[in-house]
Amino acid sequence: MSSITAKAGVVTPAAPARRRSKIDRGHWVGLLYIAPAIVLVTVFFVIPLGMTAWMSLHNWPLMGQHRFIGLDNYVAITKDVRFWNALKFTLYYTVIVTIAIFAVAFPLALFVEKPRPMNGVYRTAFFMPVVVGFASASLLWAWLLNVDSGLFSPAAQQLGLTEKKFNLLATFNPAFWSIIVMVVWKVAGFTMVILMTGLQSIPTELQEAAKIDGANAWQRFRAITLPLMRRTVALALILSVAGSILAFDQFYILLRGGPRNSTITAVYWIFNQSFVSFKLGYGAALSMVLLVILVVLSLIQLRLLRNPEGT
Amino acid sequence: MMAKSSRIKSSSSDRSLGRFAGEHGIGVFLSMVFVAPIAWAILSTFKPPMEARQPPIPPWPTTGFSIENYITLDSFGAGLWHSAQNSIFVAISSVVLTAVISLLAGYGFSRFRFPFKNLFFILILSTIMIPFQSILTPIFLILSWLGLQNTLTGLVLVYVTLQMPFSIFMMRNSFDAVLKEIEEAARIDGATNFALLTKVMLPLVWPGVVTVGLFAFLNTWNEFLAALVLMTDQGKFTLPIMMTAVQSGRFGAVDWGAVQAGVTVMMIPCLILFLLLQRYYIRGLTAGAVK
Repeated sequence: MSSITAKAGVVTPAAPARRRSKIDRGHWVGLLYIAPAIVLVTVFFVIPLGMTAWMSLHNWPLMGQHRFIGLDNYVAITKDVRFWNALKFTLYYTVIVTIAIFAVAFPLALFVEKPRPMNGVYRTAFFMPVVVGFASASLLWAWLLNVDSGLFSPAAQQLGLTEKKFNLLATFNPAFWSIIVMVVWKVAGFTMVILMTGLQSIPTELQEAAKIDGANAWQRFRAITLPLMRRTVALALILSVAGSILAFDQFYILLRGGPRNSTITAVYWIFNQSFVSFKLGYGAALSMVLLVILVVLSLIQLRLLRNPEGT
Repeated sequence: MMAKSSRIKSSSSDRSLGRFAGEHGIGVFLSMVFVAPIAWAILSTFKPPMEARQPPIPPWPTTGFSIENYITLDSFGAGLWHSAQNSIFVAISSVVLTAVISLLAGYGFSRFRFPFKNLFFILILSTIMIPFQSILTPIFLILSWLGLQNTLTGLVLVYVTLQMPFSIFMMRNSFDAVLKEIEEAARIDGATNFALLTKVMLPLVWPGVVTVGLFAFLNTWNEFLAALVLMTDQGKFTLPIMMTAVQSGRFGAVDWGAVQAGVTVMMIPCLILFLLLQRYYIRGLTAGAVK
């Protein structure tokens, strides 16, 4: 017993000295721990970011010398009708797909949020397409949508809905809506989980009180659920919008930008310019435009999320 | 009075039974809608090649069970299993590197004070705002300057970088949640910084490590654009790139049975990992949503 006390007595005065030396060494030790991450982010993110800006001021072919041309690439962008068409299409897609995702994900979230046996199973089932990846999902749906070997057009024919096989991917509207259906199937579970966390943070007493006051389900949803979920809805909205603006995989794999180049997205056009035509400088300038759009979007996101009114 | 209340009770229990059945009917139906495409693809891969060319109605094999589609797949280009090996190498290396680097950085950001700490933290987190799609060209050039063009190692380094903001945020929060007293006690017992991290802290932040690793696996296993741009040699194709080449008819007429076999190989690891580690996945998702 006495020996323990003695030991403790020895340790106590030594502790401050130990702490001081930890802080001194800490200056270096802390940096050492984060060094690998900093090196990676610098080499593969910060430097490339600077280079994108730098390259956008050059005529930069894959082979041979690059040449400084000032803002010529940006001037060329203003006249690049196909880029503006791609951007227009991307925004159109973003608006439609975001509305579609919310129209499906919100009811799903309300459905799985209620405590009920089996809910975990439903939640898992709705979420499964989220984890398979866009490339796998696109390849899977490329098959389902295929006119001869697929599911939908032969099934429609067998059911007598169409006289002969109808190629869903041959014209713009059926192809576009097929992609929308595929993306909603793939992404709705993700948005559902985000919205669900928001729903769960609403105190049940509030809903109960409103119920006692005679508010019906729709009134409760309008007056309590939606306002209290503003922040979560904003987050889900921003994630959906940012993801959709950067869409590439599904349009590349399912449609190759067709029919007749009508479904080329912004990222697809940058990919074509940079890695098919190898106009690296011009591709960099296009990238800068895309980057500015997304950074502005992120700043809007920060404002929406920081707003103290929401919870 | 008694009769009235019991009548109310029984009618409300009838109603709730009907509601119960209705809600579960909806639940089962919707679950089937979401799972159907996946099940359809997986079932149809076991059809003999002749049958696989026909529309998949019904989805399951009717003219005998066969794994021919999986065998055919290996004859395209460098072969499916070669691409699968590439994908496995890339995904596993990315998981390990992401976990180790974010573990160290999370510890550093949580427990040490050093100059420009906040600046570094904001720098790493802010990369999430910038789409990597817009910096692929310089990444391509930097990899070739480093002699890493067209190498799986180069692809891994790019992938790990892309995982950094989420992973470091996650790991710093995990370390922040560990009581300082636990560390102090171990320190008094004479543990060095490194032993402290691996022996004392690691078990405590393990759920965070699993979450970070799971996201790294799913993201890198499924990543498409960077792999498409950076891997130009067929021997270096990952599964998504390889299967897209097969689907585009690059190796002759499109063999849909084989394509769905490839899709199945791509989907199965993700589905298994998700079903096993669902808790960690949702944890990662809500960590971003709540904070």
